[in-house]
Amino acid sequence: MLTQTYTVIHPSGFHARPTKVFVHTATQYPCKVSLIKGTKKINAKSSLGLLSLGLKQGDEVTLEVDGEREAEALQELGALLTKIYEE
Amino acid sequence: MAKILTGIAASPGIAIAKAFRFGHAAPTPERKTIADSETEAEAARFREAVRLAQGEIEEIRAQTERRLGAQKAEIFEAHLMLLEDPDLVDVTLDKIAEEKINAEYALYEVTNAVVDMLQEMEDELLRERAADVKDVSGRVMGHLIGQPYASLSGLSEESVVIAEDLTPSDTAQLDLEYALGFATAVGSRTSHSAIMARSLELPAIVGIGAEAASIPTGTVVILDAAEGKLIVDPSEEELREYRGKKAAYEERRAKLKQLSGQPSVSADGVRLELAANIGSVEDLAKVLENGADGVGLFRTEFLYMGRSSFPSEEEQYRIYKHVLEKMNGKRVVIRTLDIGGDKELPYLELPKESNPFLGLRALRLCLDRQDLFRTQLRALLRASTAGKLNVMFPMIAVLSELREAKRIMEEEREKLLREGTPVSDSIEVGMMIEIPAAALNADSFAKEVDFFSIGTNDLIQYTMAADRMNEAVAYLYQPYHPSILRLIGMVIRAANRAGKWTGMCGEMAGDPTAIPLLLGMGLNEFSMSAGSVLPARELVGQLSKREWAAFAEEALAMGSQEEVKQFVEDKRRFD
Repeated sequence: MLTQTYTVIHPSGFHARPTKVFVHTATQYPCKVSLIKGTKKINAKSSLGLLSLGLKQGDEVTLEVDGEREAEALQELGALLTKIYEE
Repeated sequence: MAKILTGIAASPGIAIAKAFRFGHAAPTPERKTIADSETEAEAARFREAVRLAQGEIEEIRAQTERRLGAQKAEIFEAHLMLLEDPDLVDVTLDKIAEEKINAEYALYEVTNAVVDMLQEMEDELLRERAADVKDVSGRVMGHLIGQPYASLSGLSEESVVIAEDLTPSDTAQLDLEYALGFATAVGSRTSHSAIMARSLELPAIVGIGAEAASIPTGTVVILDAAEGKLIVDPSEEELREYRGKKAAYEERRAKLKQLSGQPSVSADGVRLELAANIGSVEDLAKVLENGADGVGLFRTEFLYMGRSSFPSEEEQYRIYKHVLEKMNGKRVVIRTLDIGGDKELPYLELPKESNPFLGLRALRLCLDRQDLFRTQLRALLRASTAGKLNVMFPMIAVLSELREAKRIMEEEREKLLREGTPVSDSIEVGMMIEIPAAALNADSFAKEVDFFSIGTNDLIQYTMAADRMNEAVAYLYQPYHPSILRLIGMVIRAANRAGKWTGMCGEMAGDPTAIPLLLGMGLNEFSMSAGSVLPARELVGQLSKREWAAFAEEALAMGSQEEVKQFVEDKRRFD
């Protein structure tokens, strides 16, 4: 299992587009992907779960990957958490 | 008798047509227990309903992509994802199997739980996502109960659609030949239907309240989405009035739209820059939409506000780079941190001041807290290769402040170059003129900057010694007062003598009374809210700079704001 913490910088937070890209990417990986904000932990292969975290610009979020190809997943998904999306 | 309902203007315009009431039946399903042996079949029935809904949404997605482009169609990709979401689909399937209940009721409960969760979110935009879940779920439910969703693609005469709410898929299916506009009982400016209406250029009002349900299909209505009014069953006189307004509005809109790709030029051929102010990356869409000549003021405070720690260099770098890239070579003036005064940062832990507007704010604070300042400057310098960056320092009173800020910037530039990080060598460095002392000493400053940008809100407040937040002295906010105009004139002349340019980034820059005078005085760049750019471009196209130079001289010799205002009005009338 690998974990790393990131700060969200996309100005309008994690809405439709970033969420879509993230979940879509997460589902391509066989490993378990979770996101943790504060005391809340969600299945990051669910866009509803991701939306329920209400990630805003400046929020710290921990990415946890567990299973096959976890290192690769951490790298790709971590980059998506700290990206500015065009809207 | 005409009845007027008011709501929030979500997308501008005027429509006059018969009302068409639209809605989806959403009966609360009954909870039915099923036998063990039936759960498999029930799950299959649910999967089939999901599959049918997927097919419909895919069709709507493709249709939206054809009509509005891939970006607007993305929302339906999100809808398709919801139909694969474990929190919605798997949880419903589990419920059917474990609780041995009918699919309708299982879906109903799961949907409500998800919608409740989203509606409790602090963020308005996230709360709006509840509408997506309801939309998708309602469509699946329609198939389960054998009443598939009605669609707005089949209107047969010109109509104004009236609904409790319109789902994103409803809006996307609107037949634009017959749907002239819509009004909904609920919703906000950020609802998907509102956003969609703006991109379809369809007049729309949201939030007119429960009375929407009392309007029968076929009643004539006037939808005035400029004022946020829905006039039900209007009189002949109102109809006549609004037909005129509608024609005038459409003519003006077409004219302004045509101006959006045009350069900003005065009637006598002087090229100007009409730029827009932004506070965040999100504001860029409006800047591009209105064809602004650049960004004349990027307030970077927003990066620092509403959070609990300073933004990192990397984070700022990405944001500045993004803005520069989006503006595609057009000028972007980025103002360094302007905090203090009425803008506080809790985590900065500044001591309480009795006169914050006259205290340690903006550049004064940055020179005191150099760690902060250097981080921002490094981010700016690194981003500089992505476009036409101009850096601007706020709240300078004396030369030593400017020199110190420039020295620190130079140090950071050299550090970056030594580290092998490329930095553009054509960054222009300027300062805001908002303190009268700086305006009076503009000649000396002009030699050491590339440009000035006049911040009128603060310049007026400091010149008049009147707090602009204090209602009791609001009468002293006098942008056309000769004292203010003379200060502005001094700054522009000083810049001209040194071969530099002058901009303005206060509210005054987009004010149609001020623009003729500012043009006459020789202002080069006007930065305003994005929505004012096209009207301003239209206005300057009607003004002769040479003529207004003479008028401005007359105005500057007057004794009061009232005289100046009257004078400008009189001159404009004969244009």
